[in-house]
Formats: sequence, structure tokens, C-alpha cells
Amino acid sequence: MANELIPPDKFFLSRFGMTEGSLERIMGAALARKADYADLYFEYRGAEGLSLEDSIVNRTSKSISQGVGVRVCAEDRTGYAYSDEVTIDRMRLAAETARAVAHGGGDTPAAVQVGPPVPRHKLYELESTPLEVPLEDRAKLLNEIDRAAREFDPRVKNVMASFAAERKLVMIVNSEGRIAADVQPLCRLSVTVIAEDGKGRQVGSSGGGGRVEWSFFLEDERWREHALKAARQAIINLEAVDAPAGETVVVLGPGWPGILLHEAVGHGLEGDFNRKRVSAFSGRIGERVASEFCTVVDDGTIPNRRGSLNIDDEGTPTSRTVLIEKGILRGYLQDHLNARLMNMTPTGNGRRESFAHTPMPRMTNTFMLPGEAAPEEVIRSVSRGLYAVAFGGGQVDITNGKFVFSASEAYLIEDGVVTRPVKGATLIGNGPDVLTRVTMVANDLALDPGIGTCGKDGQSVPVGVGLPTLRIDGITVGGTSA
Amino acid sequence: MSSPEPSLELAHWGVEQARAAGASAAEVLIASGESLSAGVRMGEVEKLKHSRERRLGVRVFVGQSSATASTAELDRDALSEFIADTVRLARLTAPDRWSGLPDPTLHPRLLPELELSDPTSGIIEADRALKIAGEAERAALGADPRIKNSEGAEFDSGRHRVIFANNQGFAGEYAGTSYSLAVAPIAEADGAMQPGHWYTYSRRFDRLEQAASVGLTAAKRALRRLGARKIKTTRAPVIFDPDMAASLLRALVGAASGPSLYRGASFLINRLGTEIASSNVTIIDDGTMPGGLGSRPFDGEGLATTRKSVVERGVLQSYLLDSYSARRLGLAPTGNAARSVGEAPSVSAANLYLQPGPYTPEEIIRSVRRGLYLTELIGFGINSVTGDYSRGAGGIWIEDGELAYPVQEITIAGNLKEMFMAIEMVGNDLSWRSSVASPTLKLAEMMIAGE
Repeated sequence: MANELIPPDKFFLSRFGMTEGSLERIMGAALARKADYADLYFEYRGAEGLSLEDSIVNRTSKSISQGVGVRVCAEDRTGYAYSDEVTIDRMRLAAETARAVAHGGGDTPAAVQVGPPVPRHKLYELESTPLEVPLEDRAKLLNEIDRAAREFDPRVKNVMASFAAERKLVMIVNSEGRIAADVQPLCRLSVTVIAEDGKGRQVGSSGGGGRVEWSFFLEDERWREHALKAARQAIINLEAVDAPAGETVVVLGPGWPGILLHEAVGHGLEGDFNRKRVSAFSGRIGERVASEFCTVVDDGTIPNRRGSLNIDDEGTPTSRTVLIEKGILRGYLQDHLNARLMNMTPTGNGRRESFAHTPMPRMTNTFMLPGEAAPEEVIRSVSRGLYAVAFGGGQVDITNGKFVFSASEAYLIEDGVVTRPVKGATLIGNGPDVLTRVTMVANDLALDPGIGTCGKDGQSVPVGVGLPTLRIDGITVGGTSA
Repeated sequence: MSSPEPSLELAHWGVEQARAAGASAAEVLIASGESLSAGVRMGEVEKLKHSRERRLGVRVFVGQSSATASTAELDRDALSEFIADTVRLARLTAPDRWSGLPDPTLHPRLLPELELSDPTSGIIEADRALKIAGEAERAALGADPRIKNSEGAEFDSGRHRVIFANNQGFAGEYAGTSYSLAVAPIAEADGAMQPGHWYTYSRRFDRLEQAASVGLTAAKRALRRLGARKIKTTRAPVIFDPDMAASLLRALVGAASGPSLYRGASFLINRLGTEIASSNVTIIDDGTMPGGLGSRPFDGEGLATTRKSVVERGVLQSYLLDSYSARRLGLAPTGNAARSVGEAPSVSAANLYLQPGPYTPEEIIRSVRRGLYLTELIGFGINSVTGDYSRGAGGIWIEDGELAYPVQEITIAGNLKEMFMAIEMVGNDLSWRSSVASPTLKLAEMMIAGE
């Protein structure tokens, strides 16, 4: 791993034998033709993982990746070339490849002057990352998780637990002379439990993490919470009855069920889809897309969160963007390219999976602000419906607005009371219309525990979601029981 | 900081470094590749992307403790230290009595020639790639005045190379090429938009579907969704079009793969030799198909890939296993070890397909009085532990044997155990656009949730 004391921008310059002068020359080569913008993205990432099954930590792994990507933008055209060999020659070659999208001008290098590093937020200044904690300690925790889950109930038959940690250094230099750099720690604990009784087998899972130190998992015995949650979910699901099929009232619990917002509205409000007018939300700023109870924000500046970043992957500091205010559509999530083409301001949402990818507008932490109802009151208000508290993944079709998310722990509500657990089922709705059916929002906003990964156009990035308990009057539940 | 090119010699050297650092066994995998991707949108160049990557992965054993690692730094000094670090990591890992390299007698001595590379076309240069993408998008945009927008068209070409060596005498390498063209037009009517998507994918440039034909198909798929409505919740037959049917095969194979089985996380535990599907279902996995998108001369542990029936006339004949899961289940490995460079082997199918049956898709549609012709699925609602299945769906409603009108915002639900038993008709329309392929399938009945 890199030495902690070197600032990240100096790290790259010294590691790859470069100077500000050589960066300026490569940038000049990228801009030789008639281009509007160019940037270099350097990345160095170290990661380690370990996993347990059959009560032993039998797998460990580590990886080091590094590379540089050169991007040239001319109007709405993007040229990109990357290499995992970071040398001046490779970068000049990449710059020449990337600039093929720019027409006109000669092949004479442009003059670019790199300024001092831009300031960034300080959302995760850790004293140490979990990578510096002895592997034995990390392994011991997985063994304790295994024990806790098995002790929860004799029907627990297998426990799989894993811990992954990484530390990513990035540096972005752009043609406006801006240089920005960041050190981004990230880790995640995952627990999966298989339970079995005479009749069947079921699965439960839990996990969490963020841009946090190892002590985060020890505080309040968070690790135990995940072990017990996964075990309890598997056991509860052993008794689950068939889920209902058809439109019904649904109450979503707080936290991770916020995946509703991510799928139903978040993606549809990303700048690229709206510039191209291919989103079901295109051209609808100022219109009502949700009930007055709904205010939805995307906030990349919450300390230590999985979805937070000091700067985005184009060097823009992250921010808090109001997407929906009391039901009215207010804003889009923007990266540099789409903001420029739409004549808007970048919102710090230009993200990429790695140096092998071009940036796109992406979410950070997307959540709904709390309302005033008590959660119990929301449940009591429903005579017949579904109460869903845990979800697997979701997906959306941006263009027609249809989205799904799949419940992994849900219960029936009968006469205002939560009763029997039901089997997992997919919920399907229409993004621009589902939030207009929100009739109650509770005061218990929670952010998810730090488990989300969002996929778009083949690129995965860590994200967060959050939700207070809320009631939706009518969404289609894909159960099997008529 | 220039580092050596990937070679078998470098892989052998890596194995020796691991042995010198105290590993009792080791293997090295080097993957490298280069690709060019060209995108066009609304008739204009949208993007050009050139990629160049190489990674080295190492798996080391110290007795029955193991660790895996990967790096992009191929410089020998850095590698030597990295490999020694990996051996130290293995020493800190708990011994696992099932761990180890595969049985050395199972390594193949001769590697088959599988025609994984295009003999003449390398990476297609930018101008030509842009022209092909442009032609496909133009065909889509010109297909109908209701095709008013587009998410673009993209042409990709690439080559990759895999080099593998272990300390028990197996070493091998192979290279392949791939070409793909995808188009995503958008149809619009009455203020509502519907996307369409179509693609062609092959290891040989000359075997791609014609660009204009890819564009037209994509346009038709967008157009036929216009005016889609929700329907009342009902039980009815569901016809899975070939792409949707292929997703059912992927779900089955996930449950039939070794790691799911020994972890107790599969609905197919202890089902070998029993009926798991209707008798008109035969599913083959073949890693040796010449030119196959999932073909390779050896698997992620250096074992020969194979052709086998996973399901034969409804009876489960074979699981898919790497050597670790095979040892745990007391079975022989099937040559299905998959490998991402920095991780321990997992399991995947090679070229997986359901053998075609006698019916044309039209005959299958005509056999349904009222039901769903399924063309879209979204979401991840498959529980491979229980087989419970619930996914977002879209398609065309069938009335009296005819495709009547498009439907959306519905779900289909059931359990994979029952769904495979309910396959009543198998189409004759198998074609390969992916490493998993199926003809049209008709399921007797599923729960369809809507209004």
C-alpha cells in the first residue's frame, strides 16, 4: 500500500515518474484538435477480501490495480482510451487515440497550465483503514459471526460471511487546469444464513459498511446485529406463506427499502438520459411527480457513507441535490459533459467504476426526507396490505418508466396489524406515478447499512439509499396467491 | 516503468517464485486483451473507446491453506514481492481439507483447436466500426416515423488471451476474438416512449447479422410495445421467447452448480438422477463447440472442458462442478471451473442450450387461447435456495391464438421446480447470440399479477 503521509496527487506524480510539466504536455496532446474538454484520470486501488464457510475462514484474496484513462470531449462526442500501464508514452498514445473524436484544428499541442489542487470535502479522514487491521482479527470476527448466527436457532445449517476492504487513490487533471485527488477507503461485511427444517430450506442475509474504520463494526456489536438479522430472516422465511398477487397497499419499512427511490426516480433523473430525452422524466422539471409528502434528495456529502465522495470522478466536489420537493420535480444529477451540453451546473455526480470506464451521471446517497407520522400509525392505517422491510435488487426501464424491486422479507398486514411472513416477491410500478400514491410518510428516516451497488451500462459503483416508513396506495405485488 | 509482455514463460516464472517463497502448490493465470468500441447516436459519432488491459492472478497453497491475488504490475521485482506476500496471506488462512489443485491426471495432454479467433479480421478500426454502427442505427430510425429517438448503436471488437500454468506440469494458452453490434432505438406515440433493443455477437466478424437487419429488428421490438397496458391479475399459459427462455436456463444452472449445492443453497440438492423437468426438456452444456461464445480448451483450473447433458428428457444428469465442489460432493469435476483473474475458481456453464423441439414459434402461439407471449423480464426475483420465482414482465397478450396487444407493468411468478415440469412445448428456433441459448418455450400456467 501507498504511504499514508504522501498527499494523493503527489503519490501519483512520484509513483509514475511524472511532473506537472509532463501532465501539461499530455493534456496539450489530447487537446491538439478542436476539443472542448479533456481529462486524465489516474487510479491506484488495493483490496483484500476474506470469507468464511463451514465455520472456517478458508478463502483470502488481495488485488492491486492501477491505470490511467484519457478522455477528450468535443461537443457531444467522447473519445476515451485507457491502459493499465501508466507511462508517459502510453498516455501520449492514449491521448492521440482519444482525440480522434475532435475534428479540425491541427495536431499542434495546446497550452494547458495545471493549477494547485482543488479543495475537497473531508468526509472520511480515517486514522486507519480495515486493511491495516491484522488479518487474524478480521478472521476472528467472521468466526464470531458464524457462532452468533448458529446459536440463534438450531435450524441454522450454514453461515457464509465475508469481509472486503479497499483503498482507492484517484487523481484527476483536466484541461481547465484543475487537479484534484482523493483517498477513498471502503469496506463491507456480508452475512448469508441458510436455515432448514423438516419441510424446507430458506435463506436470509444482512450486511453493512461504508468508508469507515474497523472499529465501526465493533461499536454496539454491529457485527452481531448482522449475524442475528440474517439468521432471523432465514428462520422467519421458513414459515412464509405465498405472497399475494395483484395491486395492493404496501407499507415499506425504513432504510434499505429506499431502493424504491433509486429505481423509481433516481435513474430517470440522471442528466444523460434527460439530455437525450430518453427518460420517462424528460422535460418534466417543475411538474408534479409525487405526492406533497415526498421530498427526495441525493446527497454525496454525508460523512463515512458508502455512497459519499469528497470529489466525484471528474474532480467536482459532491453536493446535495434536491430531486423532488414536496412532490414537484426539481433537479437532475449531472456530470461535466451533460451539464455543459444542457447549460446546467455539474452536481458532483460524475462517477465511474474505474479507470477502464468513462464517467456518467450516477447517484450517491438517495433518500426521502422524514414526514410526521409515527411508523406504527402508518401500519395501523392499513386494513389489508403488505409490509416489506428487506429487499434484494431492483431494476428500471428508464424509457417507459417501469421499475421493479424484490422483497426478501415481507409480512401481511391484516386489520392494521402485521401478521404472517410471506415469501419474497417482486413489486412492479411506474416511476413517474408511484410516488403520487404515497399517502403517509413517517418520521423514522433511516439510511441503509451500507450494502448498495448500482449497475448502469456495465459499470458498478457503491451507492446508498434511505427511506422513512411510508405507505403506497396501490402497487402491483408479484406473488402467487390469487 | 515498462514491464514484460504476458507469456507462458512469465507464468512458469510466477509459479517458481511461489514455490521459492514456500508454497507447496501454485498456479498462475494471465489474462490480457485489447478492444475498440465505437458508438453512434442520432447519426452522429458519440464515442470511441480504446481499452488495453492485462492482469496476472496467482493462487497459492501452503498445505491445505490457500490464498489468491491479482495485480496489474507485471514488472518482475514487484511481482516477486507480490507473490511472496500472497504466500504469507495463505499461511494466515485456515486449512481446508477439501482445498488443492485438481487431480493432476485430469489435465489434458493435447488442447483441442476450437476456432476461438477470427482468422482474418483483427480489431475493426474506428472509421469502419462507426460506419457499421451508423448503418444499424439508420435502419432503425428509418423503419417507421414513430421511431423518433435513439439511445444509439455500438460496435465493439476485441481480442483476448489467457495464459495458465501450475506446478503439476500443466501449462496452456489460448486466444480469442469477439465482435458485437447492438442498437437501441426508441418508439414514441401518444406521449409514451418504448425502447427496443437488439444485438448480434460472434467470435467471427463475418458471422455477425447484417447491420441493417439488426437495426430493423430493434425498431420492430420497440414499435410492438407501443400502447402497452396493464392487465387484470390472472393465471394463464406463458410463452417465453428465446431470450427469456435462456434466462430460465441461467437460473437452473445457478442451482445446479457445485458451490450452491455444497452450501445447501440450491433447490436441486439430492436431485441427481430424478425428474426435474418435463420429458421434452434436454439441456446440454458444451465447452468444446467450435467457435462457441463460451468455448475454451481448458477451464479455470486447467481441466479439459466437456460436452454433457445436464438434463436428459427431464432427468437431472449432471451438476456443473469445479474440483473443490466436486471433492465436497464426492463427484468428479466437469470442467466448468470459471475464473476471474484474482479469485478462487467458481463455476459457470460453457455453451448451455436447450435442445430444440418440433414446433415453430407460430404454432406455439396458436396453441394458446389466452395467455402471455413474454418478451421482457426485469429484476432479480429468483431465489435459488427455494426456486421461488417472481419477476417484472412485459410482452404481448395472446387472444384466441393470435398476438393481440402489448402488456406491461405486470409480474410473472411461480417456482422453478414447477415451472420446468410445466414446459409443454419446445420450439425449433434455437439460435446462438450468447453462450446460453434456448428455443421458444411454453409453460402451461403461471400467476400473472397486474391490476
